[in-house]
Amino acid sequence: MVKVTIDNISIEVEDGTMILEAARKIGGKIVPPAMCYYSKLKKTGGKCRTCLVKVAESSSRDPRPMPKLVASCSTPVQDGMVVQNITSKEVLDARKAIVEFLLINHPLDCPVCDQAGECDLQDLSFLHGVMATRYEEGRREYPAIDIGSYIKLHMNRCIHCYRCVFVADQLTDQRVHGMFYRSDSMEISTYIQNVVDNDFSGNVIDACPVGALTDRTFRFKSRVWFLKPIDAHRECNKCCGKVTAWMFGNEIYRITGRKDQWGEVEEFICNECRFERKEIKDWFIEGPRKIKRQSVISANKYEKLLKPNQK
Amino acid sequence: MGRKILTGLVTVPGIRSFPVYRGEGGYMSVEKALCEMTPIDIIKEVTKSGLRGRGGAGFPTGLKWSFLDRKPDKPHYLVCNADESEPGTFKDRFLMENMPHLLIEGLIISSFALGANTCYIYVRGEFKYIIGLLNKAIREAYENKFLGENILGTGYSLDIFVHPGAGAYICGEETALLESLKGKRGNPRIKPPFPAYKGLYDCPTVVNNVETIATVGPIIIMGGEEYASIGKGKSTGTKLISACGNINNPGVYEIELGLPVEDFIYSQEYCGGIRDGKRLKAVVAGGSSVPVLPADLILSTPQGQKRLITFESMQEGGFDSGTMLGSGGFIVYNEDQCMVRNTWNFTRFYRHESCGQCSPCREGTGWMEKVLYRIEHGKGKVSDIDLLVSVANKIEGNTICPLGDAAAWPVASAIRHFRHEFEYHIEHPEICNRMDHGKLIEQPAASIKYR
Ligand SMILES: Cc1cc2nc3c(=O)[nH]c(=O)nc-3n(C[C@H](O)[C@H](O)[C@H](O)COP(=O)(O)O)c2cc1C
Ligand code: SF4
Ligand code: SF4
Ligand code: FES
Repeated sequence: MVKVTIDNISIEVEDGTMILEAARKIGGKIVPPAMCYYSKLKKTGGKCRTCLVKVAESSSRDPRPMPKLVASCSTPVQDGMVVQNITSKEVLDARKAIVEFLLINHPLDCPVCDQAGECDLQDLSFLHGVMATRYEEGRREYPAIDIGSYIKLHMNRCIHCYRCVFVADQLTDQRVHGMFYRSDSMEISTYIQNVVDNDFSGNVIDACPVGALTDRTFRFKSRVWFLKPIDAHRECNKCCGKVTAWMFGNEIYRITGRKDQWGEVEEFICNECRFERKEIKDWFIEGPRKIKRQSVISANKYEKLLKPNQK
Repeated sequence: MGRKILTGLVTVPGIRSFPVYRGEGGYMSVEKALCEMTPIDIIKEVTKSGLRGRGGAGFPTGLKWSFLDRKPDKPHYLVCNADESEPGTFKDRFLMENMPHLLIEGLIISSFALGANTCYIYVRGEFKYIIGLLNKAIREAYENKFLGENILGTGYSLDIFVHPGAGAYICGEETALLESLKGKRGNPRIKPPFPAYKGLYDCPTVVNNVETIATVGPIIIMGGEEYASIGKGKSTGTKLISACGNINNPGVYEIELGLPVEDFIYSQEYCGGIRDGKRLKAVVAGGSSVPVLPADLILSTPQGQKRLITFESMQEGGFDSGTMLGSGGFIVYNEDQCMVRNTWNFTRFYRHESCGQCSPCREGTGWMEKVLYRIEHGKGKVSDIDLLVSVANKIEGNTICPLGDAAAWPVASAIRHFRHEFEYHIEHPEICNRMDHGKLIEQPAASIKYR
């Protein structure tokens, strides 16, 4: 076990833990936002740079600060490390800059985006963004395409986090899409259009932090904050069968994995559960799911609805 | 006349071929190293020589080699970085074209010192003809038993493979190079772990520049101490400088480190002064990635001493008034050149070559390029200048690999030293349509001192 101090709060974690994971153990406001790291997928992280933090002291053996800000999702802790996140102006400034970079080529089409309300980029912009843009040049534009019968790709909205690439690498038996070209012309695409078709390919929708990959079976059906998330399960021989069903009245509008407070699914689910079981009778209903993240979906809504007498 | 350790034999006719090279004393260093020295001796000798990496960062080579994880359970690799794509740098090409056997000699000794039995030369894809030259030289070395099984009867075996890249600047960054060598997309990865622990195929690997490795042979022959006696302070030995731009004699020169910049530009032995009797305006001293300096600051340091071609002297003045030796690409600008156009051109390069992984570099390089394009084409605004400085500052230091910094420095330094040229473009959009508009920019008398 090693001791690490993040924003003046100390915690003991296992050797080799990343700074971000240590911060998540502490919880609360000091957790750096993460747009590309996904704890359930190996090798993710390091790319978006929103999780940058300052290492004020590298370790108790070598108390020098690290020369640059480091990506907390990919930097392991050392004993006696002192990290500054929200207590460092430098970090907050850098984060603001990253948000600006992520947004300059983003279409800002939230009003017509299915991800709105549960989008990591929206949350990040609310917390760290600026109100006006300094960017006056043209934005990147791509046509929206169908990749497979279930998934829609809006490349305009992609933030190049690579999560969907790792999902396909690690959950499906063959990856048929990937990152093409480089620099700001880099894009996610399929090797031959329309071929993303695999028992677990739907998980890219949950992993995608923005509205670049969305569910075609749910397209334009409803805004997510009008739906009630309900935990449900079924016997499934391909996956765990534990899902969140998003309901309107007695109808299931869509199925997703169960997302935890960091926006990551607890367990990945298969395409059959996600796309083909939309009837109430297919599922055992467990009860309402509390969405813990600060997003418009949970804006005080369920806590008050569920426990009117407490607090 | 400085000593020519690497290029002394370049003028010998047929030096590319094995018999001629051998006749001139080639491969003696291999005999000495493999038969008379242990790997530890070789590393000690290289450490003593003070040799520093010639690929740009200037990291001490002996120290780098000593970091190699020497556990015998995994194979070790030596990878030679011949992906030279930095605008302004063309020294490795010169070396491989003219002295391929010098490189192979260095590779054999270095691999032996590192305990590597396989060695790769990662060559920039555009150097197609060099790949042929290298392969021919390697074949000759195999035929003469300097490569393959049981070299010189010592029981040591080595194979060298030449691997062509696909034309990406970023694959010169060592971790991207290793990914590319494995057949993957050339994305740099976060260090640590350093290649010395986890490199090619997750095995301990050393990546070195062509010139660094080519220097190892001569060091073994002359001894580390003798090599260290050349040069100045911690910048020992000789360095290849590729000089281009508005000078009388562009080309690749081997200089002893410590040569004053002024002598390099004006002496007949090297650049031979500014072409057509014009005045010197600016120099990019180490390839496009380093900050540009105006004439007075490149010739002398802020303290008024002569600026020397060494790693330390180039850095004097920090980021405000210093630059870096980098990879030795020396670009000289005369008074007619437009610094805005030059900055735009560099930024266009970085925008094209960013691998696109990290947000600041992917988006920031494109942003800067678009703004610079506008200024250069007469559509700039006064606020654009501060915007560029701000974007450059926000890229710098926030990225995975140093390409982000390399894209930010040329912009930040050009604005720092040549702000009036940016302002002039914005105030006089009519001049921007002319290709030669660099000549038309009026320089306020106090702002810049030509030499
Ligand atoms: C964007 C980028 C491009 C690079 N390109 C080259 C190159 O073309 N050739 C090279 O030798 N080193 C290049 N380097 C430096 C290498 O990463 C590495 O430091 C070098 O090969 C180490 O060799 P050395 O110790 O002999 O200098 C580059 C680095 C970066 C960040
Ligand atoms: S499509 Fe989504 S998951 Fe894939 S790289 Fe883009 S933002 Fe990330
Ligand atoms: S700094 Fe640029 S080139 Fe380097 S890893 Fe990041 S995006 Fe790629
Ligand atoms: S979450 Fe750490 S860099 Fe993206």
